[in-house]
Amino acid sequence: MADEAKILSRNWGKPDSHKIETYLASGGYEAARKAIGMKPADVCQVVLDAGLRGRGGAGFPTGRKWMFMPKDDRPRYLLVNADEGEPGTFKDRDIMRFDPHMLVEGMIIACWGMQANAGYVYVRGEFVEPINRVQAAIDEAYAKGFLGDSIFGSGYKLDLYVHRGAGAYVCGEETALINSLEGKKGNPRIRPPFPPQRGVFDQPTTVNNVESIAATPFIIANGAEAYRKFGTKDSAGTKLFSVSGHVNNPGVFEVPLGYPLMDLINVECKGMLNGMRLKAVIPGGSSTPILTAAECQGLNLDYESIAKAGSMLGSGAVIVIGEGTCLVNSLHVLTHFYAHESCGQCTPCREGTGWMAQLTGKIIKGQGKVEDLDLLLSLANNMSGNTICPLADAAAGPVKSFITKFRAEFEQYINERKERNPSPWPVGFKN
Amino acid sequence: MALEFSAEAKTELEAIRAKYPVAQAALLPALYIAQREFGHVSLEAMEYVGSLLGLSPARVLGVATFYTMFNKEAVGKYLVQVCMNLPCCLRGAEEMFNYISKKLGVKNGETTKDGKFTLMKVECLGACGSAPMMQVNDDYYENLTPAKVDEILARLANA
Repeated sequence: MADEAKILSRNWGKPDSHKIETYLASGGYEAARKAIGMKPADVCQVVLDAGLRGRGGAGFPTGRKWMFMPKDDRPRYLLVNADEGEPGTFKDRDIMRFDPHMLVEGMIIACWGMQANAGYVYVRGEFVEPINRVQAAIDEAYAKGFLGDSIFGSGYKLDLYVHRGAGAYVCGEETALINSLEGKKGNPRIRPPFPPQRGVFDQPTTVNNVESIAATPFIIANGAEAYRKFGTKDSAGTKLFSVSGHVNNPGVFEVPLGYPLMDLINVECKGMLNGMRLKAVIPGGSSTPILTAAECQGLNLDYESIAKAGSMLGSGAVIVIGEGTCLVNSLHVLTHFYAHESCGQCTPCREGTGWMAQLTGKIIKGQGKVEDLDLLLSLANNMSGNTICPLADAAAGPVKSFITKFRAEFEQYINERKERNPSPWPVGFKN
Repeated sequence: MALEFSAEAKTELEAIRAKYPVAQAALLPALYIAQREFGHVSLEAMEYVGSLLGLSPARVLGVATFYTMFNKEAVGKYLVQVCMNLPCCLRGAEEMFNYISKKLGVKNGETTKDGKFTLMKVECLGACGSAPMMQVNDDYYENLTPAKVDEILARLANA
């Protein structure tokens, strides 16, 4: 089943998969040409009918998002969020490296659907190779007349640009990304106004994830029903899952939504690393609640099933954790990350993430008390929902779920007053 | 003001400015050019960049210090950044960092005496499936092993 379901990754294995000749040879840019022959509203409708949901993490219907754009005469912008920074997520990097034209074609479709004349791809600054690939793809598309003053000779003007970020996780939040593109600090904005009302350069703006945009050429070319053939009723289509941690074959895999998590681990990833036993899985990126091994059994990878299990599909970043891993040290790595990445704008997040990192830091130094666990939970509960953007919730997710589900391990660690083992991870240089 | 972009850099910045309807949007690209031209983004460089885009030095300082990729202090010829987030740690990032640290004879944030290497622990670099990994200047090095690290560092040391 998984083999047939290759939409986003279908060109990845081909030689020179990033070049326009390769893309054109597989019917590339026919969907964009077709879209421009359609009414813009119909393009949005097909994407809505296909059931495509935002692949950056929120899962909001992409077609609906496009329809929010006002129909007045202000200039409109499409921003593609390629600020892939959620620990565990590395799928957009592969789209940009291996098939940047699918992204460019998707941007043409999205821009036509929303009647935008300019689009920016905001790529995290560390991704130099993906940035170069996307820029080269844009240049090739201009040379063919697929971008520019009259694309495909239609009279429709569209310019696409690449914008390089500079190292800030929070810029993956759409209003922070907008500020960052404007050359400001990446502080998220208070909503309303929402980006379609007033976004980048104070104009109507839609921000979409790379993977969401890259899925649209298939949808336009083959229709909503063809896309709905994959996945479940409410989670249509295929999804890229980036799997890391204790598996034999980590990487990016495209499977239909609803695919069993244990099949992803045992088939695509060729099982647990060196035969380790499964301890836990973080299913959708570091901010999504951790699942115990028991909770993973029989679990399917779609938005609804994972929500029912108490976590989130998120960006599809599956972090697999084997037996023997110290979850106390693991949680400290994550609290340290969120404290580092809080933009500092909202007090509950700025103070809360720092305090959390101090508390987990104290615990791993062997100076923790069992009451610190309750303090951590209380902090997490007081941060959630009290800030401008979801970074505070993202920081609270692992704290709440790690401590609630693995409380015995945390208490044992504290009671034994362990000094941090200089090598707390069960796996060394084995790759 | 002593600092000035080269002629090519000035042309490059003009082309970048044309991509945006407002001048400030060119600030991040301009800071990257400054880092390339001057080695790092000093206060003087920030002031110069501000003068090119019509922005106050304070505004540029606020932005430049918000983002981790602008080096406010001089770094070695090669900036070695080892990813230390959870997916990498599960695959031995800590051991790998310690190995590199011992090999170069420097701790986190330090530069080797010959000015060639600066070593840093960093947060997620988005290549978790090929952990442990590091970034040296613009390039990613993935699925690291001690032997691979030896080879990479030796090649860079002689470059």
